[in-house]
Amino acid sequence: MTAAQQIANTLGRSRRDFLRDAAGLAVGSALLSASPLVRGAVARKKRKTIVITFGGGARDQETFSPEGRENIPNLLKELIPQSSFFSQVMNQGILGHYVATASLATGVYETLNNFSAVPPQHPTVFEYFRRDLHRPLSDAWVVAPSNGFNRIGESDYRSFGPGMGARVVLPKHLLGAAMSATSTDYDHLLRDNYETPLYAPQLAGGEFELQQLEMILKLSVDDFKAHARTLSSPDELSMFIARRLMQQESPSLLWITMHDIDIAHAGAYSLYVDAIRRTDRLCAEFWKAVESEPEYAGNTTLFILPDFGRDGDQDAGGNGFQHHRTGDAASRTTWMMALGAGVRQGVVYDRPMQSIDLVPTLGAMMGFTPSLSQGKTIRELV
Amino acid sequence: MLPRDLKAEQFAGYPPQARALIVAHLGALQQLPLTFVPSLLREVIDYDYKFPAERKSIDRELANLSSLSPQQANDWFQGFSQLSLSPELEQSDWINQPARFVELLSAYLWTTQQLDSFRKAATVYGDRSRSATPPDPIPVRRLGIAVIGQGVASYDAPLFRNLRPHGAYFAGVRPENGLSLLLNAVEARAKAHPAPYSHWYIDGGQPADHSPLLTCVSYEGLEPVRAALLRNIQTQIQKPGMGPEELRTHLAALLPSDLGMSKAGDEVLDRFQVRLLTEASGTQIFSTTFAQWTAREALRRAQPLTLLVRFAPRQRQRPMNELLSSDHTNADLDLAGSLVDADMGAYYSWINQQRLPGAEQSAFLVWFEGHNQAIAIGPSIPPGTVSTTVADPGELAALVVA
Repeated sequence: MTAAQQIANTLGRSRRDFLRDAAGLAVGSALLSASPLVRGAVARKKRKTIVITFGGGARDQETFSPEGRENIPNLLKELIPQSSFFSQVMNQGILGHYVATASLATGVYETLNNFSAVPPQHPTVFEYFRRDLHRPLSDAWVVAPSNGFNRIGESDYRSFGPGMGARVVLPKHLLGAAMSATSTDYDHLLRDNYETPLYAPQLAGGEFELQQLEMILKLSVDDFKAHARTLSSPDELSMFIARRLMQQESPSLLWITMHDIDIAHAGAYSLYVDAIRRTDRLCAEFWKAVESEPEYAGNTTLFILPDFGRDGDQDAGGNGFQHHRTGDAASRTTWMMALGAGVRQGVVYDRPMQSIDLVPTLGAMMGFTPSLSQGKTIRELV
Repeated sequence: MLPRDLKAEQFAGYPPQARALIVAHLGALQQLPLTFVPSLLREVIDYDYKFPAERKSIDRELANLSSLSPQQANDWFQGFSQLSLSPELEQSDWINQPARFVELLSAYLWTTQQLDSFRKAATVYGDRSRSATPPDPIPVRRLGIAVIGQGVASYDAPLFRNLRPHGAYFAGVRPENGLSLLLNAVEARAKAHPAPYSHWYIDGGQPADHSPLLTCVSYEGLEPVRAALLRNIQTQIQKPGMGPEELRTHLAALLPSDLGMSKAGDEVLDRFQVRLLTEASGTQIFSTTFAQWTAREALRRAQPLTLLVRFAPRQRQRPMNELLSSDHTNADLDLAGSLVDADMGAYYSWINQQRLPGAEQSAFLVWFEGHNQAIAIGPSIPPGTVSTTVADPGELAALVVA
């Protein structure tokens, strides 16, 4: 076992031990042979799956540790007791947010340029889902944080690709189009890519047209702007759009990428911690909204996972929480929780798994075959 | 082009001292792998503008490399030699643009999943190199001081959480005139142990009166440079074909004169200051980030005997386009958030100080400016304790180095 693997194991175990103490959860390995859950009660055709990427990566010091617990009260008290929690999820790919999210969505460690508006190189979960299950375009949606994510919905892989993927809504692009050129009331919601804070990419390629605000989301521009004025961050805007999509389109596969936490790149620790607390709150509020939506209540499985972590304090090559550039164990090792339909509650699994295991697991749960994914099905969930 | 083909005339574009150094050690470089040499050249090419501590470090490293036999070189660099490179990287102008090569190499290593192997090779080399070239002993115990919380009237949450296990917490500090007392202490050390760039005062706002013996860098002092840089960025991002990587390359090539700094200034310090703004993230917009990063880089590069960093309030978070504008006349300040930033920044300064030679003997002091709280770390201070001693910040600075 390499030193990095040992550190990863330690991180995973400490999360497990922390959760066992903090939330009274069981350790999952002892339960693996038990009869699997309540999945049979969930009719496959009605099943909904939602994936939330937890905001750009947060470290254990600020989350799953005694000193970090104050930042995630909602995860600890409300969501984790309902969850199967995987405490050692490794990302062995490139630690940039777009390429890592693309890797999560394809089940392959993508190697595309993180800062280019290019599609994933391998078929996405949305393409597998729609092709195998013959689902319409309206059944798979992505709510993405920055303009650079506008190609995340579908790959350019031959036999999949254009027209086969998910629709992508970029809430900030939508708001930018809705607001007048001179208005500054919404600027706080329009922060773009924190990884390159000095450079915000211009949108290229397919986009969510403004007129669809009214056609799909059933929102007038004025109502949208009025509501946006009440929000405090880009992720709050994303969650508002996601909830609107659930009400109007009821997609069976919904993917929400949050990124407020990535303000850490600006180096201000207080803003990073504030964003973790906000993300924690938004995740809990979102799950409550899911449970209150008739189309989703009782038949939805929610996955929450960071795309990766952030650099540890002790790695001289980094600057602690600020970035995710070193590739150290802290930046590669993260966690995942699954809750809702078909998921055992209050269990922690600490065996190592990889972030690319998500797609084959979604395939096994939803009934499609992600043939090109390189991950492994998470047996505790299927 | 591989290192074994290197010739002295290929370094004609290097500054004079750097060129002479390379030529003197050309034989050593010729036996090293391409995955390593540009990283070394990236440091050497700026030799003429580096701090004395950096020059000594480069001198020692090159002398050590020259002392290795071919068999030893093979052994030392085995990890680097096993990494694959693309033909494009091999054919790039890594002699004259080593920093660009290292950027491209980093992207290539990530893409080809060789980054972990590179990290391991670099760690092994670094450990061996440090063992083979031990640094000179320092003449006095190193002292770091962080002053945090400027302008905060009251704060109820606990401070120094990361540092308390390493030192003694003081709740009876007499705050009157505290900053002056600390600057006096730093000045006294500068007088007792004079050496270029060995005693620093970094201020995240407007610097207080201080001795000319101190190397001073401040956020306010660089305001014209920051404004010039942000104008430069705004111009660049309007250009067709500009992207984040292109912008980064452009910024890395900027010189002090490009940003309006006087040619009569201290070229070593001016280049250092430009790097603070062009290579880092957040230093251009948040004074707390600027102070933390400046302290980090001063410690890493200049290895000072004394460093005082004072954090000042930063502007509130605003949209990036507003943060990047140079009109900050009415910028709202986030006092409490700045204190939290500074508390973490102080911890990072201590970590960075502990990476330097003599760490086991070094001392560190953090004071909540204008208040009675401080944390003191030093060889004679029992860790994880609470002290009831009443003292002013100057007396605490004397205590930690005792």
